[in-house]
Amino acid sequence: MRMASVASPVLARRWEGFKKAWYKFSRNPVSVVGLVFVLGVSFLAVFAPQVSPYPSSAGKYVNFSEASQPPSLKHLFGTDVFGRDVLSRIFFGFRYSLMMGVVVLSLVVVPGVVLGLVAGYYRGTWIDTVIMRVTDIFLAVPPLILALAICAVLTPSVFNAMMAVSLMWWPWYTRLVYGLASSLRNEYFVQAAEVTGASRGHILFREILPNCVSSIFTKMSLDMGWVILIGSALSFVGLGAQPPIPDLGTMVADGAKYLPDQWWIAIFPALAIMVTVLGFNLIGDGFRDLFALEEV
Amino acid sequence: MSILKFLGKRLVFSIFVLFGLSILIFTISRVLPGDPVRLALGARAPEWAVQNMRRQMHLDQPLYVQYYYWLAGALHGNLGESLYTRRPVTQDIKEFLPATLELVLFAGVVMAIFGVLLGAVSGRYSNTWVDNSVRIFSYIGVVTPSFVFAILFLLLFGYILNWFPSAGRLSPGIARPPFITGMVSLDALLTGRLAVFGNALWHMALPAVSLALGGMAQEARITRSTISDNLRKDYIASARGFGVPERMVTLKYLLKPSLIPTISILGLDFASLLANAFLVELIFNWPGFSRYGINVMLNKDLNAVAAVVMVLGVVFIVVNILVDLIVAWLDPRIRLGAERGK
Amino acid sequence: MAETLLGIDGLHVQFKVYEGRLRVLNGVRMTVQGGQRVGLVGEAGCGKTTTMRCVLRILPIPPGKITKGRILFQGRDVLKLGGQAMQRVRGHGISMIFQDPTAALNPVFTVGDQLMSVIRYGSRQDLSRKEIRERALGVLREVKLPDAERIFTNYPVQLSGGMRQRVCIAMALSTEPELLIADEPTTSLDVTIQDQVLRLLNELVDRHGTAVIFITHSLGVVRELADWVYVMYAGGIVEDARKQDLFDRPLHPYTLGLMDALPKLTGGGIPEGISGRIPDYLDPPTGCRFHPRCPQAMAVCSASRPARMGQGDNHGVACFLFGGETDD
Repeated sequence: MRMASVASPVLARRWEGFKKAWYKFSRNPVSVVGLVFVLGVSFLAVFAPQVSPYPSSAGKYVNFSEASQPPSLKHLFGTDVFGRDVLSRIFFGFRYSLMMGVVVLSLVVVPGVVLGLVAGYYRGTWIDTVIMRVTDIFLAVPPLILALAICAVLTPSVFNAMMAVSLMWWPWYTRLVYGLASSLRNEYFVQAAEVTGASRGHILFREILPNCVSSIFTKMSLDMGWVILIGSALSFVGLGAQPPIPDLGTMVADGAKYLPDQWWIAIFPALAIMVTVLGFNLIGDGFRDLFALEEV
Repeated sequence: MSILKFLGKRLVFSIFVLFGLSILIFTISRVLPGDPVRLALGARAPEWAVQNMRRQMHLDQPLYVQYYYWLAGALHGNLGESLYTRRPVTQDIKEFLPATLELVLFAGVVMAIFGVLLGAVSGRYSNTWVDNSVRIFSYIGVVTPSFVFAILFLLLFGYILNWFPSAGRLSPGIARPPFITGMVSLDALLTGRLAVFGNALWHMALPAVSLALGGMAQEARITRSTISDNLRKDYIASARGFGVPERMVTLKYLLKPSLIPTISILGLDFASLLANAFLVELIFNWPGFSRYGINVMLNKDLNAVAAVVMVLGVVFIVVNILVDLIVAWLDPRIRLGAERGK
Repeated sequence: MAETLLGIDGLHVQFKVYEGRLRVLNGVRMTVQGGQRVGLVGEAGCGKTTTMRCVLRILPIPPGKITKGRILFQGRDVLKLGGQAMQRVRGHGISMIFQDPTAALNPVFTVGDQLMSVIRYGSRQDLSRKEIRERALGVLREVKLPDAERIFTNYPVQLSGGMRQRVCIAMALSTEPELLIADEPTTSLDVTIQDQVLRLLNELVDRHGTAVIFITHSLGVVRELADWVYVMYAGGIVEDARKQDLFDRPLHPYTLGLMDALPKLTGGGIPEGISGRIPDYLDPPTGCRFHPRCPQAMAVCSASRPARMGQGDNHGVACFLFGGETDD
């Protein structure tokens, strides 16, 4: 901390702000639980090959002598009909879930936000109309239907699923930022910047955008959960990841056939999905409360 | 602007959207790898049959010509023939769509009523055990994929406890009511066959509830936070301060403004119902439109896929317009286009 | 002539927040006689609104908590009344005009609807629907709103700020209260409208003989309208006096600071503000809450809280400069 303040007062301030934010965030036990879930899932995803007891289960692996075993000390979550260890597959499954979320959001946030900023700033002009009409068209389409159709007509795969979901997701960010930017553009600090001759780029990205960051960030945390949920639904139907990829949704679909006898094959992946989505939801709520409190 | 003008604008916009959607889905469905005609006719079909069919379906023409044929047909009520069921697509729609609509409407009603009720109770009695249990429930509801609920319910209530039937729209041996809307329950109600109505509802119960839970939880959360926020507003304190009794404050002055954000979400949640319907239909083997949709998609049945997307698009747009109308009716600020004063 | 209509006695209020407990009110004492016009002056955040919300019992109780004190209205302790009984006091007994008229009016109901509700429940008379409507229109006219019938059917969003405030005044007066609390009724209005609204209030209060508590941070308003003035600082009353006595002979160092801060037409240089800031209610100063900012603070001031010492019939001040008793 002392080093930081000597090196750069700006950094020191940022660090203080971060510490304060962390303090407030950590006061809410529910948010911390969410953070624990998310960090846990992320850790398992990243280190799946090292951490899972039977890493070969994640691929094409068959061992009928071990097939359909209920949960035991040897296989904590049991094995599926091919003899693959469910627990290990779940760890690898986290990779696909998280990847879905990260990829979709990376593709979607930047264009969505930029469009929203521009449309909001130029509110009332043709730029606004064009951008927002296009956004409205995308929003008017039932979201999942389009994703499904795209996935279906293209070859079902993880990649295509991500593309399809991205295509239907970006308008939400544009709409969010549009609302924020168009009300912010009338604030005094924006007008002051305009009057002093700041460039459009500066106004958009250094004046308006920082004020939108908290909402964007909250939405991103929550969206991680939603994207993962949708991704698992797509896989469940067969339009996302294809076997033998250990995607959580696919695992639930496969396991559903064996209910209620070999319940573990479907239930554990389902719980894994729930835990992941819950974690992101809790974090997102935590951020929302955190930023709301700051206003008070 | 008046309601009529608002409606008019929305309708024009919606037609525009539907056009865009049709072009989009049409283009995507035609531009795909693989030969749909081959798929439909089978690998053993002779080449001339394949060529014939291809010409019949205009697949040898440029894209915009194909689109023209399709559109012309569609406007005349002919959406082509499904390669999967070998019937006109319109007939498929007529058979399968009411089943889904029925399910989705039932789920929608359940979702809206219980969602708002739970949320209102939870918000009114903030931070009590009632509130906390509803919040836990709504977290779980929001986080769990609907297919998980569907599987669990089917397992628990369908197979193990056997409280509800696990397949079909009516029990075997019960005659279907005459076709008015195609929705078994509604038709039964309209023709006075109450026993049949009850039976249909009983069959719909499990799938509808699995569908509704996600949206219900969402509605409950939004309602709860809105009510909780509005309770602290000055106009509530003011109403109380003037001596208006508590019950009146809650049921009238608190409820109406609080419903507005909730109902706005309803449109979105309805979309999620439509979207999740396919999951539930698959699991419960419900003979509905979404299940048909998935099948035609997996089979690359071009005409049917386009039709499915368009029909669902229309339903979605109609619901959204309705929701917007209701919100405009509830909230005079929107209706009167308030100028931003102080 | 006038008996004590309202007596606030030793009111302590806390708010529970994320970081701890805000000890907002620290022993507030105040009395209002029937028909009297009392001004409550203090800077933003000193607890004026909180006190008044306690009087009406509309303080949000989960974060808020009344830890000590009594509020006597017409002889009964309002803090001990049950729900029904309190409801009867509101409206016909005590009415309040809120600071922000836009927030105080429900946006999704018409003016008429809200007004009629207030009259129906608050006036404690059994009136027919027609009579209620007549009374509503009448009171709208009384506050000099043009075209009362149209305003009756309007939504708050269709009215200007000044009109909304008049509607709020109308609502407050429609129940014919014994005591009217006006919480900074002109703060959110344009300066030109402020004057009109104040005059209107003055006139109406005169006509109906209502007792009023004017909350304001402006000494100017107080000078115009009040008979008696209470000066509040950081959750306690520091000085109270008949208006003329206060302006002629302000005693408490805070009051002196306030007076000095007013720009004077007769020259005297740039007015000085009071140095320092209002205390942090999480960890308020011990003893007299003003002592950190007080130019005349003494050792005893940080040790204990001064009690109100009468300086003649028409003046009281809570300051160790004028007397030795502590208040606990």
